[in-house]
Formats: sequence, structure tokens, C-alpha cells
Amino acid sequence: MLQAVQIQPVSFDNLPEFQPDSVEAQVGNTPLLNLRKLADAAGIAPTVDVYAKAEWFNPSGSVKDRPALNIIRSAETLGLLRPGMTLLDSTSGNMGIAYAMLGAARGYKVALALPANASAERIAILRSYGAELVLTDPLEGSDGAIIEARRLAGENPDYFYARQYDNPANWLAHYHTTAPEIWRQTEGRVTHFVAGLGTSGTFTGTTRRLRAFNPGIEAISMQPDSLFNGLEGLKHMPTALKPGIYDEFSADENIEVRTEDAYQMALRMAREAGLFVGVSSAANVVAAFAVAQRLDDGVVVTVLPDNGFKYLSDRFWKQ
Amino acid sequence: MSIIRIPTPLRQYAGGNASIDVNGGTVGEALGDLTTQYPDLRNHLYDGDQLRSFVNIYLNQEDIRYLDGADTALQGNETLLIVPSIAGG
Repeated sequence: MLQAVQIQPVSFDNLPEFQPDSVEAQVGNTPLLNLRKLADAAGIAPTVDVYAKAEWFNPSGSVKDRPALNIIRSAETLGLLRPGMTLLDSTSGNMGIAYAMLGAARGYKVALALPANASAERIAILRSYGAELVLTDPLEGSDGAIIEARRLAGENPDYFYARQYDNPANWLAHYHTTAPEIWRQTEGRVTHFVAGLGTSGTFTGTTRRLRAFNPGIEAISMQPDSLFNGLEGLKHMPTALKPGIYDEFSADENIEVRTEDAYQMALRMAREAGLFVGVSSAANVVAAFAVAQRLDDGVVVTVLPDNGFKYLSDRFWKQ
Repeated sequence: MSIIRIPTPLRQYAGGNASIDVNGGTVGEALGDLTTQYPDLRNHLYDGDQLRSFVNIYLNQEDIRYLDGADTALQGNETLLIVPSIAGG
């Protein structure tokens, strides 16, 4: 039976500290940006604030440093990951880059199943960190990469199969870091949290902790409007392999975003606010603005998972 | 007769098929034949007359946008791929 060893949650307080000058210690504590200028242009009331966590400030350039670090630390604490071992997972890109960076820093080999149509930028970054890549059929998408990772785990029982879609250390990273940062940075004023669903780790973990701080906080999940879309990193849950950590009842509401609307927002953010973000970041802002436009007052917080550098080959930038 | 390979999420709109035989002397004509056979695919692939910006069509490992686009000529024995972007994680 594959994965007979269940990955258990590890108490965050028991995890070892990192040296302050290590790359691991730079994960998290990202800036919270005020999107006022864009919000004004979108007709959002001056009494409603929209903020976004700038997750590209993480050392490998995306929000995924948070779950990758917590998955690795938890596995080390449980004795599932030991020096010289290989960490295996499937990824659409950013999680793999986070694993590859942390693996190099902490002495692990990293093997990744990745759809072959991942952007050339991503594949080049992963190879630069020394990750071993198994490219899967582009027509099967990220679900094909998941199935290949499961197969590789079965063939290589000595690998640590990190299972980002099912590992509680994924959402717990956000429970212990992203949510307390938002609470502190808004001085407890946050009223709405909006985030897209990929593994669902960001949404699930942040929502659970924010509601522990204030049960009245509304949580809105965002998904692509269609099973066939251009929102890299996000999942259309009704038609995808559902992540084990996904809790479909935790959202007060779900908002669907069209790919074309996210592209337009990415262009506006770059050109009108100096924020050069990736497509899922732009989609999160589309959803956050849709929530903010209905409010008379409130503080809406969303997440910008990465910046635009890994999407330069997307054609919409040339519009 | 050329073949168009259909990505997993779109197969439900293509009679559950992983690949479809199509006729046409160009990529545009082949896609036109595909959406004539399976009209439900059209809204997923096109915005008006234009391919949606995130829909990528590959002929022999090359994105047709770097060939002659919809006018790219077909001999009639090629395989075209409709490649989705990548979801989740």
C-alpha cells in the first residue's frame, strides 16, 4: 500500500529555529501592500481598504516557500526526511522551485513530476537549483503530474514523497505564519480574506487562523470560471483531482474569475501601480475588488502569490 | 486526415475522445472541422473568431503562433495538440 506512513501534523512550537542569516529564516514576514490607487480606479469606496501580501518577497520568489519549508521541517521532525534523501512531489512550478531551493540549502535531492508545458522559465529555474525533473504529458495537466509522482513514490520507497496536496503541513504553514502576519499588519481590522484555490493550502490555513482571531471574518475562495483556463497555479475544483487538504465548506462564498479579466488586471497593476505580478495574483485582485465593490466599509486582504518574471513568455504582456 | 489530440478537461465536450480525426488544408480549417463535429468545444477554444489567448495549439512541438498561425499548412497526416495551461500547486 502506497504511503502506509501517514504524515501527521507537527506542533509548530516544537520545530527548530533557523539561523537568522540563513535562507530559511527569510521565508515569510512579507509586506502587506495597500492597493488604494487601483481600488479608487475600480470605484471602491474610500472607506474600504484592499491590501495584498506581496509573496514574491519570499527567497525563491513565491508564497510556496511557506508550505515547502513547513513540509520539510515537519518531515525532518518526524524522521521521514533525513540527510541525503530525495524529496519527491508533483508541481506546476512554484512549489517545485521552493523545494529545489530549500533542498539545496538543507542537503536533499529533489525530484519533481512537472507537466512538460510548464513555462521555459520555470524549467530553467528548477534545473539551475539542480532538481531532477520528470516531465509529464502536457495534455494531462497537473493531475497527470500527480499521478506520475504517485507512481514514482511506489517505485522508490526510499524517497520522501511530500504530497503537497494532502500534507497538513501545507495549510498549517499559513495557519502559523500568513494569518498571524495579516492580523498583525492590519492591526486586527481585517474583515474579508480572499484567495484562489490551487492546493487550497493558502486559503484553508489562513482562513482557519483568521477565524480563530475573529469568527466574523468572511472568507471568499476564488477559482477559474472554467475547467479550461489560463490561470496557472489555480484549480477548477469541480473537475480536478481534489486535494486531500481541500475543505469545500470553509468558504463563505466562491468567486469565479475569467482568464481574460486576470490578464487585464495584470496589465493594469504593472502599468498603473508599478506592481508586476503573476496571473494568479491578478486573478486574486479581480476577486478581492469584486468583494470590496459591494462593501460600504471594511478591510479586504488577498495574496499575491508571485511576480511576473516567470510569465514573461505569456503573450498578453504584449497587448 | 490529420489528428487533433484533446486535453483531459476538454474530452467531455469531444464525445470523451482523446483524439479526433479532422480534415483541412490548414490549422484553422482543421480546428474548424473539429468545432463543427463537436460544437460544444467552440466556446472553450474561441473568443469570437480568435483563439482565446491562453489556448495553445502545437504542430510537431511548435506553437502555431510561431509558424503561420491559423494559416499554417497541413499535409494531411499531422498531429495537432491543444495544450492547456497548468493548474494548481
